[in-house]
Amino acid sequence: MKGRKAGQIAYLGMLTALAFILSYVESILPISLGIPGVKIGLANLTVMVALYTVGVKEALCLSFIRIILVGFTFGNLASMMYSVAGGVVSFLVMVVLFHFEIFTETGVSIAGGVAHNLGQLLVAVLVVENAKLLFYFPVLCFSGTVAGCFIGVLAAMIIKRVKKVYKQ
Amino acid sequence: MEKKRRREIGLILVLLVVSGLSYFGIRQFQNSTTENAVAVIFVEDKEVGRYPLSKDIRITVSGKDDGENVVEIKDCKVRVVKASCPDLICVHHQEISKNGETIVCLPNRVVVEVQSEEEAEVDGTTH
Repeated sequence: MKGRKAGQIAYLGMLTALAFILSYVESILPISLGIPGVKIGLANLTVMVALYTVGVKEALCLSFIRIILVGFTFGNLASMMYSVAGGVVSFLVMVVLFHFEIFTETGVSIAGGVAHNLGQLLVAVLVVENAKLLFYFPVLCFSGTVAGCFIGVLAAMIIKRVKKVYKQ
Repeated sequence: MEKKRRREIGLILVLLVVSGLSYFGIRQFQNSTTENAVAVIFVEDKEVGRYPLSKDIRITVSGKDDGENVVEIKDCKVRVVKASCPDLICVHHQEISKNGETIVCLPNRVVVEVQSEEEAEVDGTTH
């Protein structure tokens, strides 16, 4: 069983590195819409894959480590606060939906995406103490749905193929 | 699998409807209440200035920790033209002009908000 443990560590390490790179790539992409918080959410792809191919604990660690890594490398403690807010809410929602098998990967990803955006929005509202920020809700809800759908479909394709190669 | 798919379609529909309704609802509210618009600037949740959108002007705002944002009002629209923050989300933000719209610079704790102000009327005069 030692081989299996080492294999899992290597696998998760690879996913973490991937999450890190995807976050970086996304941050370079020009902010096209001029509305903060609208993004594709590529890093969530790795969390989804980890969730479906390994398990909840491992996916949580992956998400957490990715946020800290990206936060310290490209951001600062303040920006990490928003990432954590989005990440925690998003992960909780995804885990519940995953565990009770409510949706397929697409639905879980959509819910996760929207939850992520809402989590960040709520923290921003609390920090600047201005409820008018909630006017961003419609756009964030819509973009979260669209991006989540895209990521979900991609995740499903990857999970199906990875499961053939990596067996838990 | 069938059930999951159907629930998913439901989820997507609900989200789209909620997005759409809230978007048009907010738009309605904004269009019907934007009168004598002013740009109000807050630094660390305290109001530091109030400028009518009718007058073109450029304001340099001192944000948190020596942060700086340059706010420009032109053609009754507000935007941030320069900022000291690393992500420049505020600079890339589209211009705002309607009641309740905001441009926020989280690192500098600067919030630019459009509000509508009642025109001050003379209540009376003394001689």
